Amino acid sequence: MTNHEQYYVPAQSKWPIIATLGLLITFYGLGSWLNDLKAGRDESSGPLIFFVGALFVAYMLFGWFGNVVKESRTGLYSPQMDRSFRWGMTWFIFSEVMFFTAFFGALFYIRYWAGPWLGGEGDKGIANMLWPGFEYTWPMLDTPDPKQFPAPSGVISAWGLPLINTILLVTSSFTLTFAHHALRKDKRGPLKLWLALTVLLGAAFLVLQIEEYIHAYTELGLTLGSGIYGATFFMLTGFHGAHVTIGALILTVMLVRVLRGHFTGEQHFGFEAAAWYWHFVDVVWLMLFVFVYVL
Amino acid sequence: MSAVIDSHAATGHDHHHGPAKGLSRWLLTTNHKDIGSMYLWFSFAMFLLGGSMAMVIRAELFQPGLQIVQPEFFNQMTTMHGLIMVFGAVMPAFVGLANWMIPLMIGAPDMALPRMNNFSFWLLPAAFGLLVSTLFMEGGGPNFGWTFYAPLSTTYAPESVTFFILAVHLMGISSIMGAINVVATILNLRAPGMTLMKMPLFVWTWLITGFLLIAVMPVLAGVVTMMLMDIHFGTSFFSAAGGGDPVLFQHVFWFFGHPEVYIMILPAFGAVSAIIPAFSRKPLFGYTSMVYATAAIAFLSFIVWAHHMFTVGIPLTGELFFMYATMLIAVPTGVKVFNWVSTMWQGSMTFEAPMLFSVAFVILFTIGGFSGLMLAIAPADFQYHDTYFVVAHFHYVLVPGAIFGIFASAYYWLPKWTGHMYDETLAKLHFWMSFVGMNLAFFPMHFVGLAGMPRRIPDYNMMFANFNMVSSIGAFMFGVTQLLFLFIVIKCILGGRPASAKPWDGAEGLEWSVPSPAPYHTFSTPPDMTDEHEHRAGPSHG
Repeated sequence: MTNHEQYYVPAQSKWPIIATLGLLITFYGLGSWLNDLKAGRDESSGPLIFFVGALFVAYMLFGWFGNVVKESRTGLYSPQMDRSFRWGMTWFIFSEVMFFTAFFGALFYIRYWAGPWLGGEGDKGIANMLWPGFEYTWPMLDTPDPKQFPAPSGVISAWGLPLINTILLVTSSFTLTFAHHALRKDKRGPLKLWLALTVLLGAAFLVLQIEEYIHAYTELGLTLGSGIYGATFFMLTGFHGAHVTIGALILTVMLVRVLRGHFTGEQHFGFEAAAWYWHFVDVVWLMLFVFVYVL
Repeated sequence: MSAVIDSHAATGHDHHHGPAKGLSRWLLTTNHKDIGSMYLWFSFAMFLLGGSMAMVIRAELFQPGLQIVQPEFFNQMTTMHGLIMVFGAVMPAFVGLANWMIPLMIGAPDMALPRMNNFSFWLLPAAFGLLVSTLFMEGGGPNFGWTFYAPLSTTYAPESVTFFILAVHLMGISSIMGAINVVATILNLRAPGMTLMKMPLFVWTWLITGFLLIAVMPVLAGVVTMMLMDIHFGTSFFSAAGGGDPVLFQHVFWFFGHPEVYIMILPAFGAVSAIIPAFSRKPLFGYTSMVYATAAIAFLSFIVWAHHMFTVGIPLTGELFFMYATMLIAVPTGVKVFNWVSTMWQGSMTFEAPMLFSVAFVILFTIGGFSGLMLAIAPADFQYHDTYFVVAHFHYVLVPGAIFGIFASAYYWLPKWTGHMYDETLAKLHFWMSFVGMNLAFFPMHFVGLAGMPRRIPDYNMMFANFNMVSSIGAFMFGVTQLLFLFIVIKCILGGRPASAKPWDGAEGLEWSVPSPAPYHTFSTPPDMTDEHEHRAGPSHG
């Protein structure tokens, strides 16, 4: 068990406290900004505070991860340390799964219980007394109170952009796996090519997703405020889109590291972690495609 | 910052540094003992803050009628008391104990991810600074109860709710990272030969607690995010006018909230399972069944959440399912209580402070468990719901459960942390004052609750006056007593009879193999556990 004897315990680090301050400032700024917007106050210090905090966070991310990369390349990390990173990333992804579970749970609850009850069906159909005559359909093209929550005139069809996006993301999972195989065999040329292609596919996905949102907002009246269909639709696809953005950024960082000659065929956990994250985001999309768009 | 690369640790040499000097030691530390101490001190500060809010509540409830505070402020006090005690006092105390003890118990040099560990801690003062600052904002702080049901917390909330939501996000990030660290440490940093079934129960219960945290804190993040969207971005998750449902809030909240209550008690189970054998001078009875019972409780915690919602209007099938599933929890919990009692049976027991708190834990937590069984009966719950009976129930599991577990742990391990024995006489006084105060405060709540006194209301019917006065006197007694605890701890840090490496003759575990106080760095080279028995309780079952 020789690898137990070299566990790397880092000395003092300034990054955690910078990260804390950065997050606190960002969140305080965001909160002030939102509150000022809602109250209709013209002058708000919120945006400024928010962006200062965000700068802090960005500085911290570069510094902290840069530090870890440097340590890794100095050879400070034992195989046991590598396992700590693997467990850390595994459980982080599990926490992300549970985050999405909350939103999927909300969707299923609305579709299979609360929605029908509001329409007068099922065990708690008495809820229909709130808005007598309300008929439940999914997609919900008619909300109980259209004055407060104007219903959309239509929803996004699964077989247009979403289908193309599905193909894009699934393909990107394959290209990323090809990149990984190339890395394992130390074939740097194909590695760069496949990885760059993966980032491009991710970016293409995001562009199409934005296009879909514009279409929804301008032509269909499908917005965050258009009742529960719009709420769940944008919450699920929006958080997924945010994750694709983060994943694409991480993969871009990996691409830069590959171009700088980082990683070897044996040692490349940074790359693997990025790949795990990307595949996770891909699986979430498949769930979305089935439960949000198709069914 | 490449200077952070510690060449000594890197090359495996054994000449360690001591702690850094001044404030930077605490701000920049990566040491699990420093971080553990900070967690514990932070937790105690929050315990006093949340406690003083409880004092305001009990002062107002000393007599019927409105005397001291306005109802608006009373609501903020009940809300903040709950939030601060749950997220600021109990959870960080257990994370602090985990930080201090788990590396010592499994023979690890530190936590698996030491810098992230420091990040997890420092997020807490940030989160609670933000949360407490809402009290001073226009419109006041959160006033919708610690369970923040929509639409009270959305449509009708004060403006400060935005900061409340963001503070919860900060706490969530802290908890998730802390839990990932604990789980990675336990799975990866055990000394060679320390198999899972050789781990002390505190480590086992924390492994399962860590899993629960990683599973449900993101769900809490999800529900507050939906609130944020409803408040600021026009969504209708919790508004039936747009096709949503306020009850959806309760489902998502309690899907987090029920595992959360086990997050607050499982580590106490683990600590008590170390302390009772030590002072009974007998191995723990039924180690294996303890592990499985903990896992069973954790599993069940995911399928019982709607027992908090019996009166909100869920289908009969749901009421029945959640009622029976909830009752099932009594089985693994009963296994645990049986094992603790059997451990004490025919032991040569002594009653130092850790043992006093642990024995009180077993008895009083069981009372809280029984009132939980009463609440689990759906038709009966219609009578108890939202009364002081519920308040009595969860204070019986949290105060003599979680808090007594923390006190027991603190006294048990103080000699290891400080190198001194604490003042046993004062500690016993602390125990008896806490024990009497807490029972005086919470036992009468069963009676007024069954008679129908509603919770979270600053005024009450004349007929509840006597019991409420008793409750308030007990609460003041319990509250003041905690200053004695602070005194005992400071006294112990400053001096006292020197503690040996193993000050408790019946104690077992690796933490007692290092000197007291534990050196700044321990187990840089892990001990070999290969020859240890599968578990020390093994041969003497029964």
